[in-house]
Amino acid sequence: MNFDQARFSRDDEYEPLLSEKDSTTVEVDSDGVLPDDLTRDELTLPALSEPQLARHYTRLSQMNYSVELGPYPLGSCTMKYNPSFTEDVAADPNAGVHPDRSDRTIQGTLGLLHGLQEYLADIGGMDAVTLQPPAGAAGEFTGILVAKAYHESRDDDRSEIIIPSSAHGTNFASAAMAGYDVVELPSDDDGRVDMEALDAAISEETAALMLTNPNTLGLFERDIVDIAEMVHDAGGLLYYDGANLNALLGRARPGDMGFDIMHYNVHKTFATPHGGGGPGAGPVGVVEELAEFLPSPMVRETAAGYEQYEPESSIGKVHGFAGNWLVLVKAYAYIARLGDAGLADASAKAVLNANYLASQIDLEVPYGPFHHEFAATSGDRDAADVAKRMLDYGVHPPTTKWPELVSQAMLTEPTEVEDKASLDDLAHAFNAAYADSDEALETAPTKTSARRIDQVSAARNPRLSWQALGDGE
Amino acid sequence: MTAGNGRRVGSPYAPHTDADEEAMLDAVGVDSAEDLFDIPGEVRFDGEFGVDSADEQELRNAMADLFSRNEELTEFLGRGHHAHYVPALVDDLSRRSEFLTSYTQYQPEIAQGFLQVLFEYQSMLVELTGLPVANCSMYDAATALAEAALLANRLRRGASGHRVLVPEHLHEGRLGVLENYLDGAEMEIGEYPMDDGAVDVETLADLVDDETVMVYAETPTVRGVIEERLADISDLAHDNDALFCLGSDLVALALLEEPASVGADVVVGEAGALGLGTAYGMGLGIFATREEYLRQVPGRLVGVSEDSADMRAFTLTLQTREQHIRKERATSNICTNQAWVALRTAMHMAWLGPDRLVDLATQAVTDARDLAARLDELSGVKAPLYDRHHFREFVVRTDQPAPAITNDLAGRGFAVHALDDHHLQVCITDANADAADGLVAAFEEVI
Repeated sequence: MNFDQARFSRDDEYEPLLSEKDSTTVEVDSDGVLPDDLTRDELTLPALSEPQLARHYTRLSQMNYSVELGPYPLGSCTMKYNPSFTEDVAADPNAGVHPDRSDRTIQGTLGLLHGLQEYLADIGGMDAVTLQPPAGAAGEFTGILVAKAYHESRDDDRSEIIIPSSAHGTNFASAAMAGYDVVELPSDDDGRVDMEALDAAISEETAALMLTNPNTLGLFERDIVDIAEMVHDAGGLLYYDGANLNALLGRARPGDMGFDIMHYNVHKTFATPHGGGGPGAGPVGVVEELAEFLPSPMVRETAAGYEQYEPESSIGKVHGFAGNWLVLVKAYAYIARLGDAGLADASAKAVLNANYLASQIDLEVPYGPFHHEFAATSGDRDAADVAKRMLDYGVHPPTTKWPELVSQAMLTEPTEVEDKASLDDLAHAFNAAYADSDEALETAPTKTSARRIDQVSAARNPRLSWQALGDGE
Repeated sequence: MTAGNGRRVGSPYAPHTDADEEAMLDAVGVDSAEDLFDIPGEVRFDGEFGVDSADEQELRNAMADLFSRNEELTEFLGRGHHAHYVPALVDDLSRRSEFLTSYTQYQPEIAQGFLQVLFEYQSMLVELTGLPVANCSMYDAATALAEAALLANRLRRGASGHRVLVPEHLHEGRLGVLENYLDGAEMEIGEYPMDDGAVDVETLADLVDDETVMVYAETPTVRGVIEERLADISDLAHDNDALFCLGSDLVALALLEEPASVGADVVVGEAGALGLGTAYGMGLGIFATREEYLRQVPGRLVGVSEDSADMRAFTLTLQTREQHIRKERATSNICTNQAWVALRTAMHMAWLGPDRLVDLATQAVTDARDLAARLDELSGVKAPLYDRHHFREFVVRTDQPAPAITNDLAGRGFAVHALDDHHLQVCITDANADAADGLVAAFEEVI
């Protein structure tokens, strides 16, 4: 497959900035509206017509890769196809209501939220689910606050959260934000939780162990039942990071494995679009014993209809209102469209795709058996350079140099939406880039809108707005 | 199993043909995809979720039916979640799949388009706030406020205390989020009183001390009051080596005093009022600050660099602040953010341009004033309650019970919020202004 990304350029710039197309200063005349000293004097912004803006943004869109253009196998990101109809459903004018509306007048909205709470509880094997956290990391933070509230309710003061070294960076940051010390757990030779190290790490200070399963190498933590027992025996809770749930749909549930708290990344597993970095949603499920601590409000069904309520010992709020509503609507629609059979098939195909792709690439995959993702190594070649070269073959490269357990890691998650031909294109990109000359790797990419970008100078001399570019730019 | 829309078995979005699946299984060396699952029998799930698959058309109909259970009321609601008319261009272009279905820009060479939009968004915030650093987004105003408090606390590690002072009139969602974010840092929240709907600056002066790391004020307040003594509040904070954090929103910033000119160190607030419309509280948090706090900023930043062809290019930058590099020492745990909402907001601002943006903000003052005056003419009604300038919304005192009034108004097709037994809050924007006559008439009937 040949690929050339669109590139609009002139002189030493690609598409000009809005501010370079127009910069208009208007004087703010507040006469008769507000006293002069309460208003600003002037405002400078681009004043452009709609046709100019349409062209600006359309050109920029063409200088942006997306999952509708080709494979996007970023490990632990689950870049699957986002069904078009879910956008239309979320845009239903009846679906856009204000959070101050009374329950009685928004039964449709509350019905959807209640339905999604139930879907997610069933899928995760949990007893209660809050939809409020607006992202995966916010879900982690919420879950850890629930754990903290639980321990505090028992007058049990605990100070530590145990996290495997291969976990997502957000786990560490979320635990720290909740005020816990982080105890980092090494992996064993098989790439899984080191049971001896875990035994040594667990103590009466352990508030929770945060685990991703399958882990970030795609490996199922086979000792999960023992792990749960060890953590529970010490009075701790077990937290499930849902980033890799796409591997398990219909085959295993965190609740059945002994997890007490979990978050779901609906922008991963349930196909809501990533939108260039968000919005997502990170609902949190808990077992019965923890339900009273969930954020407020929750939605329940009564004889009179759906109503919002505050759980008895609620931790309070983790979002100003009820989270990322539009994202939740899309997730609901996706789950309802696929049903049991579709969800189970999605996981089967996601795991098959990862295994097939791995069988077709020349790079070594040191750990297995893996599920929906695998960590290949580019060996003595720089993984970041190989990734840049892959761009020239018209695919998005995997996550690089992470997890650190694998040197020069290329963490790859093709998801279920790629067919065999697309996986063969991906494999070709891997193999061709891996075999290319040093020069080809170092000068890559050459087919993308921009060539290799100097990240170091961007950080050394931060220019973060068009105002900072000055006239000399 | 055959692929295609309407298929009842399997995911309609997994495109494998039988022949392909066969060939792939052969290549892997297993008989079935089930053989690839390395899950111990004791934790295998053999049950069902009980969700039937649905075809697209029937599901769309079912969801339209579900949403039709929401009563069609014209909303005069605000309190931190505001809607303005969103132009078609925003829906149309933001839904281009190149934007909508892309990931965070970890490979900037292939993501210049989105990076440039985010850079332009940051730049518009810089213009509106007068502060030189703005990030690409926080989840909402509440989490942005909480992150500002954490930033203030990191900057003031040497302070003798860890207190944040917030106004008596603060949205309960913002206060709740702030409490949760500050708990882990062992910070505390102090509340200062309002006087006739605005900050009681004299009492605040008694409360600010060297244990204070941040003073937070809003304009407009959650009750729609335009704060008149921002510079005094800022001075109080700075005299005590505390940061001054100002909460506002993008439309208000186009008209009101520039935050930098009144001494704001951090500006937070809600931006979803432009670009998003009414979305059950979903929003976009703005976060802008001074250059000297750059390395303490939470969230993503887009910067300018050059590529190997010596062309100007955009990239995420200063990522060593972030969780994927710094882990538990990161400035925040935020990863997934509101990038696509920021894109929509930037498009909406660009569509308005400076003239119409200022007009929209001006209208928010005059429409609120006019509507309050009309309600004030009704017997048993005082509007606005506070003798202040207002932005978009205002409090109404009613002799009759407020909850009963909102109930009766709902019966006439209008949603208005009851603050307590004798106070309502009414919000007017270009999205509902054409229904103002109807609201006034309905009001007259129900009181």
